[in-house]
Amino acid sequence: MSTSFSDIAKQFNWEETTRSIYSKTAIDVEIALNSPNPTLEDFKALLSPAAENYLEEMAQKSQYLTKERFGNTIQMYIPFYLSNECQNICTYCGFSLDVKIPRKTLTDQEIIDEAKAIKNLGYDHVLLVTGEANKTVGVDYLKNAIRLIKPYFSQISIEVQPLETEEYQALVEEGLHAVLVYQETYHKENYKLHHPKGKKSNYEYRLETPERLGKAGIHKMGLGILIGLEDWRTDSFFCATHLNYLEKKFWQTRYSISFPRLRPHAGGTELKSVITDKQLVQLICAYRIFNQELELSMSTRESENFRNNIIKLGITSISADSKTEPGGYNQPKESLEQFEIDDKRSTQEFANIIKQQGYEPVFKDWDKVLQ
Amino acid sequence: MEKLVIANKEFESRLFLGTGKFSSYDLMEKSILSSASELVTVALKRVNLTEGENDTILSHINHEHINLLPNTSGVRNAKEAVFAAELAREALETNWLKLEIHPDPKYLLPDPIETLKAAEELVKKGFIVLPYINADPVICKRLEDVGTSAVMPLGSPIGTNKGLETLAMLKIIIAQSNIPVVIDAGIGSPSHAAQAMEIGADAVLVNTAIAVSQNPVEMAEAFKLATIAGRMAYEAKLGKVNEKAEASSPLTQFLS
Repeated sequence: MSTSFSDIAKQFNWEETTRSIYSKTAIDVEIALNSPNPTLEDFKALLSPAAENYLEEMAQKSQYLTKERFGNTIQMYIPFYLSNECQNICTYCGFSLDVKIPRKTLTDQEIIDEAKAIKNLGYDHVLLVTGEANKTVGVDYLKNAIRLIKPYFSQISIEVQPLETEEYQALVEEGLHAVLVYQETYHKENYKLHHPKGKKSNYEYRLETPERLGKAGIHKMGLGILIGLEDWRTDSFFCATHLNYLEKKFWQTRYSISFPRLRPHAGGTELKSVITDKQLVQLICAYRIFNQELELSMSTRESENFRNNIIKLGITSISADSKTEPGGYNQPKESLEQFEIDDKRSTQEFANIIKQQGYEPVFKDWDKVLQ
Repeated sequence: MEKLVIANKEFESRLFLGTGKFSSYDLMEKSILSSASELVTVALKRVNLTEGENDTILSHINHEHINLLPNTSGVRNAKEAVFAAELAREALETNWLKLEIHPDPKYLLPDPIETLKAAEELVKKGFIVLPYINADPVICKRLEDVGTSAVMPLGSPIGTNKGLETLAMLKIIIAQSNIPVVIDAGIGSPSHAAQAMEIGADAVLVNTAIAVSQNPVEMAEAFKLATIAGRMAYEAKLGKVNEKAEASSPLTQFLS
């Protein structure tokens, strides 16, 4: 098969897609809600303004489908920042090259100390995070980091710069389980405005990253958009289209979707598309109704109240107690962080909340021997 | 009722349980106890292999009458399965194994080619192999030929609660098999379990239908009773199914 998603994406016009989503009616939403196998057109209806009146029905259905598939369990993970060095300029990011913060990349000893600190919190699944600084934090650095922390954790994922197929293969061999790589936005022209400088400004290279991952035989890949850059509805439709394409092509891979959203803040760039809490619930439920097997992930960017309640509505994995600066668990230094987290409760506190909601927090659901 | 025998081991109960999806380990333990199951499968990936009996899941199924059946959920091919099985055997001190190889994470359907390959190798290595497999009579015979101790064909895709959608194939598998047939996956209600027993399955494995119900402890008991009822009915020989009414007092009896 020689087609790639970038060929498929070209068949969709952004403005037409947007119009189509906004013209969905209550009847379209009801059809989508009742469909045993929702299509991408149904997904559009579930994303549409018309579906806002069906939020309770959507939530009920999402909860039911999630429980049927994932049971009464919530997977726990934690981000593990290795470096905040970055050669990219991204208009929204705290690690952007033009942001004046001290830069730090963990040494071998610091990586081990940090791994021990995270392990002490009870975590077994970690997500390694870096900026994009290929000279200092390239594939060799990542390989070494995985090797160093492998004795401590059952599942290691990464959220780093896009890599080549062979590089991913090398990391999979070291014990890498999953890769999260968000397109940020599928609006090709505006992507360039949000990412004016650095390797990340290459839209096509980023867009084809999941295909390189699929070829490398990764166990799981995570997709997503940065909610707020462009119309979240249209962007989510493109993301779901991407997901659909990948699922059929790389049928041995598991998929997850995350929901990072930008928040309006003083002095920051104005957001094009502000998503309300209600709409974020709508989006999460829409994904679940569209795809029952999809893992849906939530970070500590969200508030305590939102996170307490979202557990029941379709989310399958969640982080807690997170630090977004390199070395943050062992030696916290807020001046280094990527973004300020909202929910600062301890792991134990949050695990208790999960239990109170009738779910078992699962810290281990993978094993090195399966790698 | 006849006892179930798998690999020379006798079981009173013909209901096997899975341990996933429960809202707490306590509830899982209570449900397993109320089901009276004697064989419980645990995904290797959920267990802290270095902690042995102190592992959270294992400590909750540590009862005299309960046998552990580790499973290889998560592996994608025969090589990974054999590797995982050997580590499970060493860490958990049992050579019983539920072999499951489903490289497709969406429907979790077993890969028949890799399963057969792994089964053959694991039997040679001394494992008691119970393979999770499609309801395909030929692959079930092939698994029997390489020495598995049972076959575990699916009733419908795992977690779907759809019941015995593969009924016609299951009947052939049961008719042909010289080893126990355990119907695994898709059993969504006690009536499905009873039906499986009535058609002559040797046992059933249930997880989602119990774990995700409103009251898992009661549901586990309901499955226990249904499994017993179905098996009793099977042993008592069910009457044949007729299209028309048949008088219980024959009309021509006066002639004899």
